[in-house]
Amino acid sequence: MIDRHSWLFWPDNAALSVLALAILAMLFLYAARKPMHGVIHSVCNLVTQSTRFISKWLFLSAENLRLRNQSVLLAHSQESAAAMIDREFERVGNILRKDMQEFPALQRKLMEEVTRIEEDYRRCGEVPPPPPEWVGALESVSQLKSGGDIPRKLLEDINKSIQKIHDKTVAEYRRSYEERHKILKGMQPVWRSVDKLMVEMDKKMLTLHSNAKQIDDDMTKFAGMRAKDSKTEHALTVSAFVQLAISSLVMVIAMGGAFINYKLIALPMSEMVGASDYITNSLRTSDVAALVIILMEASMGLFLLESLRITQLFPKIASMDDRMRRRLMLASLIFLVILAGIESSLALMRDMLVADKSSLMRDLASAAPPVTDNWMSNIPMAGQMIMGFVLPFALAFVAIPLESVVHSLRTVIGVVLVQTMRGAGFVLRFTGVVFRRFARVLESAYDILIVIPLMVERWVLALRDSSTAKGQSKLGSAS
Amino acid sequence: MKRSLPVSLMVFGALFVSACGDSRMHSQAVYMLVDTSGSYAKQVNKAARVVNYLLATLNPGDSLAVAKVETRSFTEKDIVAKVTFDKRPSQSIEQKRAFKVKIDSFAKDVHGSAYTDITGALIQGAEYLNETRAGNKTIVIFSDMQEELNKGTVRDFPIDLKGIRIVALNVSKLGTDNADPRLYLDRLARWEARVRKAGATDWVVVNDLENNMDSILNSR
Repeated sequence: MIDRHSWLFWPDNAALSVLALAILAMLFLYAARKPMHGVIHSVCNLVTQSTRFISKWLFLSAENLRLRNQSVLLAHSQESAAAMIDREFERVGNILRKDMQEFPALQRKLMEEVTRIEEDYRRCGEVPPPPPEWVGALESVSQLKSGGDIPRKLLEDINKSIQKIHDKTVAEYRRSYEERHKILKGMQPVWRSVDKLMVEMDKKMLTLHSNAKQIDDDMTKFAGMRAKDSKTEHALTVSAFVQLAISSLVMVIAMGGAFINYKLIALPMSEMVGASDYITNSLRTSDVAALVIILMEASMGLFLLESLRITQLFPKIASMDDRMRRRLMLASLIFLVILAGIESSLALMRDMLVADKSSLMRDLASAAPPVTDNWMSNIPMAGQMIMGFVLPFALAFVAIPLESVVHSLRTVIGVVLVQTMRGAGFVLRFTGVVFRRFARVLESAYDILIVIPLMVERWVLALRDSSTAKGQSKLGSAS
Repeated sequence: MKRSLPVSLMVFGALFVSACGDSRMHSQAVYMLVDTSGSYAKQVNKAARVVNYLLATLNPGDSLAVAKVETRSFTEKDIVAKVTFDKRPSQSIEQKRAFKVKIDSFAKDVHGSAYTDITGALIQGAEYLNETRAGNKTIVIFSDMQEELNKGTVRDFPIDLKGIRIVALNVSKLGTDNADPRLYLDRLARWEARVRKAGATDWVVVNDLENNMDSILNSR
């Protein structure tokens, strides 16, 4: 056993031993002062320089990566924006083509309506009542010189005829007004039709206007992308983050669906591939087979959407000629329907197996069979079959969020990587600065340990300086 | 790229074949011994309930055998029923039904034996279990663990129960045990020492058949 006092020079006097050791150590440290300062300085300098170098490299790499991300992001966004503008132009073109086709008919219809309105208007013009015929007769009577029965009778006759004519004229006037009212009433639908036509035209103009506005917006964005505008880049990056979040949420929901699907077919798959075969210690072959079926459904869905040009994950499919693409679409659809059919039958088999097992359990427990209502007991089975058929098609649409995740994940990972590199660069730069200052701190700390020899050194130097000064002054006075 | 595809296919195939080759390693085999000696024969209905539990718990691909413990039990003749369940669940359910019928008929006309050769039955059970090459092997002994050998029966030699789990069920107390419980405890301790010496992986005693039936089988 090592004696804990063995390092003491005088084991009986620990204080003296410690003092002696301290003096020795101090002397040693004083002797090694310059090399030690050099070592401290060199080590700190080495750390400072290396961290500075690495930090510089990190900043440079981060910038390169940012530029690369930017170019990829802008290229991808330009592609998407171009596709959107293309689609918008196509829509406007379709509207214009359709409207231009309809325009001559519409114009003709409008002209016809306007002509009809004009004609009706003309017909509605008020016709003044004819001048009374009896005015002339009255003038003749007034020129008769003598009175008597003849003028009286004449006047009576005139009165009668005037009454008659008056009645006739009034009736005629009323009839004419009635006719004009009828014409005006007939004009009502024409006005309405004109109004409707105008509203229709207005609506189309509005749609065109909104499409033009959309194109304007897209073009502004596109121009921003072309100009590599930082605002646009920032907006696109944020959009990528949002896209990733939304797509991930949809993917999680889809995974839930896939899990239900898996549960639905895992048991009946054991009837096909055996329930006691294992691939690893805890992974059954039947479970893997069920998983493979689900993944195949997802793949078929992916190919279907790809051939429908809804997604564009495989450039080879996108660049196929239309005939081949249609064939691929048909093939994927057929496979998907077959797989859905298989899954539906597996769901039926699952129900049968579960029922069989329940029956066995009842037998083993010597329990009476449950009373079942015919159609009610069939509901779960029908539900399972429908789910088995529908879920593969629902799963097929996972290709859309998947594409979104693939595209946005690159941007997000790129941004995270750039930020991480910048952060690491900053930390290293800071470490370098700290170490540069730390060298002086360490040197001072070292000097504190040997403060007594240093004081002695300073005293000796001062003495030497003063004696030299005295000598010089003596020499000066002598000369 | 052209080379890597066949290589990766070969690697995957080899892995798949090697992984699938030991499917028996995941299966379970149970050999149940039912004591039919003396008054214990009356408890055969309890044993039938245990068999029902085993039928309900075992999976496709597992094996089950039920044998009676008689005067000399190192013989296949004492096996009442044995089956290795089909890999397909529907077939295994049918096999379980047939097995239950056999056990029910055995329970109806069981005859009590004069002696109890537990060691012989254990050797027979170990032989059967080793033949199944199952990953988990269990011998369930439904007995009071009181071995009684007739004259000429030799069982005082080391036996081999390597890799087998032993479960003693319904180890009822005898009249003498009630008078001196040490007899019962010594009996159990003796059996435990013997099976552990023979290489058994575990020794479990289950007396509460109502609540502790889960302890019979190893959870997978």
